[in-house]
Amino acid sequence: MSGEDVDEITKIMVIDSDSVLPSDAAMKIYESDVDITIKETCFGTMVTGPRDSVEKVVAEVRALDPNHVFVKQRGFPPGDERRCRASRGGGPRPGFHYLRNEVATLPIISKALDEYETYNPAEKKESPDKISPSKLKDIIESEL
Amino acid sequence: MAKIFIYPTNSLILSDLVERFGHKPLAMMEKIREKITTVGVDSPPINITPEDPKHGLKYASVEVPAGVRGRMSIVGPLIDEAEAAIIVLDSASAFGCMGCARANELTKFLARQRDIPRLEVKYPRTEEEGKDFVYQIAEFLKSLSKEEDEE
Repeated sequence: MSGEDVDEITKIMVIDSDSVLPSDAAMKIYESDVDITIKETCFGTMVTGPRDSVEKVVAEVRALDPNHVFVKQRGFPPGDERRCRASRGGGPRPGFHYLRNEVATLPIISKALDEYETYNPAEKKESPDKISPSKLKDIIESEL
Repeated sequence: MAKIFIYPTNSLILSDLVERFGHKPLAMMEKIREKITTVGVDSPPINITPEDPKHGLKYASVEVPAGVRGRMSIVGPLIDEAEAAIIVLDSASAFGCMGCARANELTKFLARQRDIPRLEVKYPRTEEEGKDFVYQIAEFLKSLSKEEDEE
């Protein structure tokens, strides 16, 4: 694919579902009749290709489990030398830690999306505040 | 469809929620894609050109470190372009690989200076907070759609 004339984009699809596995999403993409490149990863799938094709595939995969498939655009295509760890001598790629941190929060977001229609903000329970460093210090130094 | 500036600027959750509720997220990734597909910016691992800190002068003064100005050359135009903004506070991961704390402070400051609809929410830590987080963002985005329809 040339990429100079065509508007090519890359999207990351992160799957946080009990019923859809990243491999299911990949199979769905293989089934679709579009000219794109895909890469399976531990958290989901990356797709690169012309914008229209990518949007079409993303919509198809999202339809598998709408509240449990999360999508964002990625700047670099998969395997780009500036990011790929194969050419950088190993280690997580830049941005991986951020993604991993957000992936850990996804179960909360998925559940909230499932219950969005029935959620009543008036019944909101206040969560406890974070403990202050001085109070934590007191607890550590206190004699049991 | 409104253009929504999101902070953290590369957030998967915010980017997804904005798209899910029918708007366009203005995120860092799109700008990075534009940069790396531009002929001439191909020297790994550098993503910006020496010109970028100069463009950043529109948003930060000359004595501010080049790193902040370089980041602002990417984030600043996103804030200028935005029709609404969602700012998530207390995101632990906004400190670290997402960039320096001062650039983040400046980003939030500039977004608040703009006279556009803005939602500020705290990053969820519990399920209960998650429900409120999604509810607030969804209602905010739906209210923008209603405003557009009325216009």
